[in-house]
Amino acid sequence: MAELTYRDAVAAGIAQEMRRDSSVVLIGEDIAAAGGVFKTTVGLFDEFGPTRVRDTPISEQAILGATMGAAMTGLKPVAEIMFSDFFAVCWDFVANEISKTRFMTDGQVSLPLVIKSGNGGGARFGAQHSQAVENWAMMIPGLKVVAPAMPGDVKGMIAAAIRDPDPVLFFESKSLYATKGEVPDGEHIVPLGKANVLRQGTDVTICALALMVPRALKAAEILQNEHGISATVVDVRSLVPLDTQTILSEVAKTGRLVTVEENPRLCCWGAEIASIVAEEMFWSLDGPIVRVTTPHVPLSAADNLEDAMLPNPARIVEQVRRLVD
Amino acid sequence: MSSTYVAAQTLTQAALAPELKLKLYKLMYECRVLEKRAYDLFMQNMIKGTSHLALGQEAVAAAFGAAMRPDDYTFCTYRGHNHTYVRGVAMSKILGELMGTTAGLMRGKGGSMHLTSVEHGVMGSYAIIGAHLCIANGAAWSAQYRGTEQVAVCFFGDGTTNIGAFHEALNFAVIWKLPVVFVCENNLYMEYTAIGDVTAVEHPAADRAGAYGLESVLIDGNDVEMVYRTAQRALEVARHGGGPSLIEALTYRHGGHSRADPGKYRPDEEVKAWKARDPIPMYRDKLARFGIEDQKLKAIEAEADRTIDEAVEIAKSAPQPDLSLAMTDVYADGGAAWRN
Repeated sequence: MAELTYRDAVAAGIAQEMRRDSSVVLIGEDIAAAGGVFKTTVGLFDEFGPTRVRDTPISEQAILGATMGAAMTGLKPVAEIMFSDFFAVCWDFVANEISKTRFMTDGQVSLPLVIKSGNGGGARFGAQHSQAVENWAMMIPGLKVVAPAMPGDVKGMIAAAIRDPDPVLFFESKSLYATKGEVPDGEHIVPLGKANVLRQGTDVTICALALMVPRALKAAEILQNEHGISATVVDVRSLVPLDTQTILSEVAKTGRLVTVEENPRLCCWGAEIASIVAEEMFWSLDGPIVRVTTPHVPLSAADNLEDAMLPNPARIVEQVRRLVD
Repeated sequence: MSSTYVAAQTLTQAALAPELKLKLYKLMYECRVLEKRAYDLFMQNMIKGTSHLALGQEAVAAAFGAAMRPDDYTFCTYRGHNHTYVRGVAMSKILGELMGTTAGLMRGKGGSMHLTSVEHGVMGSYAIIGAHLCIANGAAWSAQYRGTEQVAVCFFGDGTTNIGAFHEALNFAVIWKLPVVFVCENNLYMEYTAIGDVTAVEHPAADRAGAYGLESVLIDGNDVEMVYRTAQRALEVARHGGGPSLIEALTYRHGGHSRADPGKYRPDEEVKAWKARDPIPMYRDKLARFGIEDQKLKAIEAEADRTIDEAVEIAKSAPQPDLSLAMTDVYADGGAAWRN
């Protein structure tokens, strides 16, 4: 077990798979000798060379097209879209091509590919480089969508994503890149589609994702120490497939559900989970389902404005107390 | 055609073997009967949705079909029935897909605009133009990486040259020196609008080739032998590490853009002039002058006419897909489950 940063765990997971499978290749802007603008691919160019780790122009459509074409003809490509906001300039490939091809071709074409991308706010990049867009992807049948929070999960889940026969969108939380955590040495795989119960409580179940996971954990600590409220914290980790069994069973134990989401308010994963819980276990609930989200606004660049919009431990505590007290 | 375009003068002028000439004629004729029958079936409401026929444009598909190696890759647009057929896909599988029966290539899950047959190297027909140039690059990159000497051939229309993905794909293919051949079938109209009215240059592909360090290749797309020689040269270059080519083939669609379009925006004289340059009778005359017996051509035609009748019967008599098919193959486990 080693302590790695989140960003080093990305590279470790990719390296693990590149060592075992020569069909795994990596492309993106500045990902080769430069090691990526977020330094998530450091060392891969040196170890695997220019035919397997290849820089591209600023051409997101060309990147995803090449990724798809390579995946349909025998490779297992990993592509980086630098900021997830940039999915908007190549969304045709995600929404119309990559997601639908297996279905439309009656199973003739497989697309074992991974698109990794820096996602989310908290880094003062302003409205076009700070969005949490995992919900865009979650709405489209045919994609798998994951967003880990812990370095150990980052390594294990990007490796699992590379082995997965379906296209996987792998959202990396930009504000967590510098955080450290325990990462198992040697081969490490964390299966997609499994939520992780990080803390078990009795009064409320908090479901969080990516950057919101450490904030939910912090809130749970405050709730316990200062308010005597015992919270379960579930790291959802994988939106598609969604581990509804774990979520439903954890909510059943506490009777209350709070989702903590980085995204703006409307039509997001928390709303989907709220809908599932309401439909399938309404009579086991002891109170309304509460969603803590960023308000329905673009994010600002200034420190205090951005911080005021993103859910934080204080706001989570306040919302949980209102529900439980 | 301007002298700045390279084409005929750089191609080998050696006569094509008689068998190859017959093959080119056969492929063109078969494409013609296939598309005509697709049109008839639409008129009878046996094919729903839309269709984008390539009547009049057969020479490009036929020439490439004859020139490509069986393991090369084809990427085409919604106007792709011919490009699919020339790789060896049965007519019944194409018509079955158009009619939405289980005889179809994808048993009705794709339809006219998405014909795909991986076993024949037909890696998809793409209904939102442009993306497939980038995707063809990926197949070419894969072939380059695996060292298989396969080539990806990507067909598109003049309208595609004005979408961003076209430009991203060309730049990308050149800098990675990919084994890909981009084939622009310039039929002079993007949907209902003359391409010249919406394009900054006269020849939408050839005039832009130089921007990507490529030769400007502009050819008569109704001259099947010219297309064949051009294809052969581009395929050889790509296969042996010489990188991509961009070919603009001038041609004309005899009908409108799609089922709903009678094509009335085109001047009568223009339609008449191009129909007089129909690639199929033109080549038939050429073959006769070359000394190929009429009997041989008639035999090809009779066989195609028979095959299409049989194909319609197979496609028509196959059952509709079971409703369960609509929930299959969303994911690799064969199903559509997104939760446990």
